[in-house]
Amino acid sequence: MAETFDDLRDLYQEVILDRGRHPRHALRLETFDATAKGDNPMCGDRVQVYVRFAPDGTIAQTGFEARGCAISIASADLMADSVQGRSKSDTVAMFATFREMARTGVCPACDTAMERLAPLSGVHEYPSRVKCATLPWHALIAALDDVKETSSE
Amino acid sequence: MTVPFDVARIREDFPILRQTIRGKPLVYLDSGASAQKPRAVIDAMVQAMETQYANVHRGLHWMSERTTDAYEACRDAVAALMNAADRSEIVITSGSTMSMNLVANSYGRGVLKPGQAVVISAMEHHANIVPWQMLRDSHGIELRIAPISDAGELDMEAFERLLEDGKVGLVAITHMSNVLGTVTPAERIVQIAHAHGAKAMLDGSQAIVHRRIDVQALGCDFYAWTGHKLYGPTGIGVLWARRELLEAMPPFIGGGDMISSVTFEKSTWAQVPHKFEAGTPAIIEGIGLKAAIDYVQSIGYDAMAAHEAALTDHALARLGNIEGLKIYGRAQDRGGVISFALDKAHAHDVATLLDRQGIAVRAGHHCAQPLMQRLGVDSTSRASFGVYTTLEEIDVLADTLTRVREFFA
Repeated sequence: MAETFDDLRDLYQEVILDRGRHPRHALRLETFDATAKGDNPMCGDRVQVYVRFAPDGTIAQTGFEARGCAISIASADLMADSVQGRSKSDTVAMFATFREMARTGVCPACDTAMERLAPLSGVHEYPSRVKCATLPWHALIAALDDVKETSSE
Repeated sequence: MTVPFDVARIREDFPILRQTIRGKPLVYLDSGASAQKPRAVIDAMVQAMETQYANVHRGLHWMSERTTDAYEACRDAVAALMNAADRSEIVITSGSTMSMNLVANSYGRGVLKPGQAVVISAMEHHANIVPWQMLRDSHGIELRIAPISDAGELDMEAFERLLEDGKVGLVAITHMSNVLGTVTPAERIVQIAHAHGAKAMLDGSQAIVHRRIDVQALGCDFYAWTGHKLYGPTGIGVLWARRELLEAMPPFIGGGDMISSVTFEKSTWAQVPHKFEAGTPAIIEGIGLKAAIDYVQSIGYDAMAAHEAALTDHALARLGNIEGLKIYGRAQDRGGVISFALDKAHAHDVATLLDRQGIAVRAGHHCAQPLMQRLGVDSTSRASFGVYTTLEEIDVLADTLTRVREFFA
């Protein structure tokens, strides 16, 4: 039975299924310094991202509330892991690298910090699903920019 | 059903169905979004471009006259298909969306008065919501929403109450929901509207594919539909309206073809329906739509409806047996459009997994976000059927959905 979808394991790697089912950071932070909503108007996916900063201005914690598919929830969860301790400019650069990887499936600029996000590179074969993976990042960057709402369009 | 429906023979008419997708036979269950095209439609369009193409309604040469005849034959075919009283009641538009916008902008601004109300339902497509909101905001029209039951049927008592104060000038309601498959009681809706002094418009984008539409029997005032769901091309659709209404309505889009005379001081309008058809029309698409109507008529609505009922019954039974699968919409009178959700998997993930098996469904909000809100969901998956759909394809869908659920368990 399961082998029916064997060729989908590139997209739905175990870590994505796991994080999609049991995200670690799917919560509204009790205290947060910034928040923004991301909307994918074509499909109806929504995510609200919450960020708490450390005294030095780096990201101390990220949480989110999402209504979406396994890809978008896993991406939000892995993002929350990846940006912890990063400055705003670091985070913006990381998103640029991630977005390129999601679109192309390859990542020449990837360093070890990007390894955690590598399981999401499979979306490049599914152009309509790339936005699922990037939506939480759009929301995070909007929060850092003090913008209330954004979309993946 | 005495007339046998030879789906294998019908499938031979659709070249695209021979394709394989990702190594699997194509199982196309997205006809509600757009239907595939039979060879007759493809050939008619190609032949027109290869042998007699020119602009219409203006040339004095052989090619233009031939093309004008071929294009205008579409209007006759539409009039016959809908049992219109006269071919001048058929306005050719770019699709249902334009048909609805035409009524909202022309009848809405030109005939309805600020303070009057328009009634739509809770299960409309965005194309039958947004034009009325725009009219509300620009013209002071009140917009009222008729509720639906949990089964996905129009609440007729609540609907009638919305009209009781006599302020409603127009009722604009779907004839068949693109999400729930519900076929609405159109004759009754029209009777209630007329009893309260309102005109009635039906959005037949889905219904035209599934039922014989007789506008005189329905008694309605406006009926909108689109060509590409009826096995015809994109970019062409229909607004049928009673001639006296069209004559009372101001033009919506200005330009060539819709005028009688033009000076810099004043222009006068062409006769209906041309008053509403500014610019060079979708000529090749019109010829394609005529071929599509001929094709549908050759199969016959009785045969199509019986085939679809068999598919729908089978699909409701098979999908209803899948653990954790919920079907949205349980109307008594319904067509071959079925929305569903799996408890363990999001609609987009479902669509991607089905796609890997060559199965095309739609996933998302289906351009009906207020209905999604009413149902308490963000998105659903939707399987929708056409004349070429087989019982075996529905079995493939059901078997694959069982495996999808295991994948995400």
